[in-house]
Amino acid sequence: MEALLALASGVLYAAGIYLMLRRRLAQLIIGIGLLANGTNLLIFTAGGLTRARPPVIPKGAATLVQPYADPVPQALVLTAIVIGFGLTAFALVLAHRVHGTVGSDDVDDVGRER
Amino acid sequence: MLVLPILVPLSTAAVLMLAPKRPAPQRWISLAGSVLLLTSAVLAFLRVNAAGVQVLQVSSWPAPFGITLVADLLAAMLVVAVGVVGTAISVVAISGVDPRREAFGYHPLLQILLMGVAGAFLTGDFFNLYVWFEVMLVASFVLMALNRTREQMGAAFKYVTINLIASSIFLTALGLLYGATGTLNMAALARVWPTLSTSGVDTVLAVLFLIAFSIKAGLFPLFFWLPASYHTPPAAISAAFAGLLTKVGVYALIRVFTLLFHSAPPALFALLLAMSAATMVIGLVAALNERDFRRVLSFNLVSHIGYTTASLSLLTPAALAGAIFYILHHIIVITNLYLVSGMLLKLRRTTDMKGLGGMYRDQPVFSALAMIPIFSLAGVPPLSGFLGKLAIVDGTFDAGAYWVGGLVLAVGLLTLLSMGRTWADVFWRPADEAQDLAAPGMPLLVAIAALSLLTVAMTIGAEPLFELTSRAARQLLQREEYVHAVLGGMR
Repeated sequence: MEALLALASGVLYAAGIYLMLRRRLAQLIIGIGLLANGTNLLIFTAGGLTRARPPVIPKGAATLVQPYADPVPQALVLTAIVIGFGLTAFALVLAHRVHGTVGSDDVDDVGRER
Repeated sequence: MLVLPILVPLSTAAVLMLAPKRPAPQRWISLAGSVLLLTSAVLAFLRVNAAGVQVLQVSSWPAPFGITLVADLLAAMLVVAVGVVGTAISVVAISGVDPRREAFGYHPLLQILLMGVAGAFLTGDFFNLYVWFEVMLVASFVLMALNRTREQMGAAFKYVTINLIASSIFLTALGLLYGATGTLNMAALARVWPTLSTSGVDTVLAVLFLIAFSIKAGLFPLFFWLPASYHTPPAAISAAFAGLLTKVGVYALIRVFTLLFHSAPPALFALLLAMSAATMVIGLVAALNERDFRRVLSFNLVSHIGYTTASLSLLTPAALAGAIFYILHHIIVITNLYLVSGMLLKLRRTTDMKGLGGMYRDQPVFSALAMIPIFSLAGVPPLSGFLGKLAIVDGTFDAGAYWVGGLVLAVGLLTLLSMGRTWADVFWRPADEAQDLAAPGMPLLVAIAALSLLTVAMTIGAEPLFELTSRAARQLLQREEYVHAVLGGMR
């Protein structure tokens, strides 16, 4: 399972970076989104996977029984997803604005001073 | 107590959102909020200064399980600087920013920005640091993009993209860090780190952190976004950006290098040193090549960041004390210089040196005030820039890094050339044809005067201030007080 998720995360990073090197604004933003998702998978995987053992204290026990799934990476990923969603939405609106102002969706035209 | 510098701007922003949308109440509420922020920051600083590292476990969750706010001397001093910059910017905004920005929430956004910066300085948890980074960035994105001119849209897009990439790299590093250690609390990490046996991971992490924070701080070869974007927004925005945002990157570098990577392989420090040296030289060469006041400032800003990170890479108390002194000096001076550029823009509608000149004859008071930050940045004795450079050079010689000290001196000399030429072109040289278009804005002049006076005060009070930064540096390098304050006797 770890190998599969690691692979998926790597593919997302690669695709994200490839898209960020493209010239169109939309591709750039999709690239950033893929990179963010790759990062989320990485946090999730690096935090360690434990299947079917929720971090809940079983009946009769005083503390958690090993092994249990670590809840912290899930909380981190949740936060990162929310922030990433907001930023991607902002970047999309900004790109729309830029397209309206500059009249082109080529990053070279956007980057030019005037 | 510690939560106040975060809570005050948050409440101010909330009040501003609910208050009438007319400019006048917005401006005065914003100013009141900034003054309160400054007051709370000073109170927190006095507490830290008297009683050592202050810790707040939010909702009483013990570290390392909850969110921890920590203020050591470095963080407390920087939060005071946030208050000073925030107050200065709010004073400037009394005379108005551009109407479009003001109508679409300039004042609350500025408060959110201040909250993000203060939070980044105060947090004791790396994931929380990421969240504060994002708070600060989103506010700065909107401030940057609120105007629809072609130049500003292009600049905003570059700025947003590079910062999103930096955030992704930072987050990647956090994921791996958690995987390797099982905690993201800074103090707990400092305790766990030396016992970590997985070699290789620490180098990967160090480089990831270095890249992410170097983008934010504006180090070579990752600084190109900064001069490409900082000259477009109005002075009341770019002054806050220039004064505070890159410093957060430098602060984060100081934190990770003193707390975690202090015993990392020497190659890492060599890399940081090489990047800093290149930043100093290339930033300055680019500054000498520019003929626009604000662009000269942007490149000088980049160049001076290199000073602080070069001294950080030596990790000796003397060099680090110099770096902290320099950061404090630089926050005040560069904010002031961007305000000066705003004044020039108001008086002559341009910051291109071709349209400037003759300022010394037309605006003697303003010129006399502007002289202080310009020559302080240039490092003319006895101003604070000179003292900061002296402390850094002293620190590098102490550490035996003679070529770094030599480079700092050489770059300092060229900075004098750059700023001296700027002074001559903008203020001394007779104007070609342009005359003053408008009277100087009184609030702007007051803010410039106040920051100039503060620079003079830092010069006169250099002795106690330097003692303070030396203590802050020792605190950073010894770590034990910080770790103990957060974790207590707990393992």
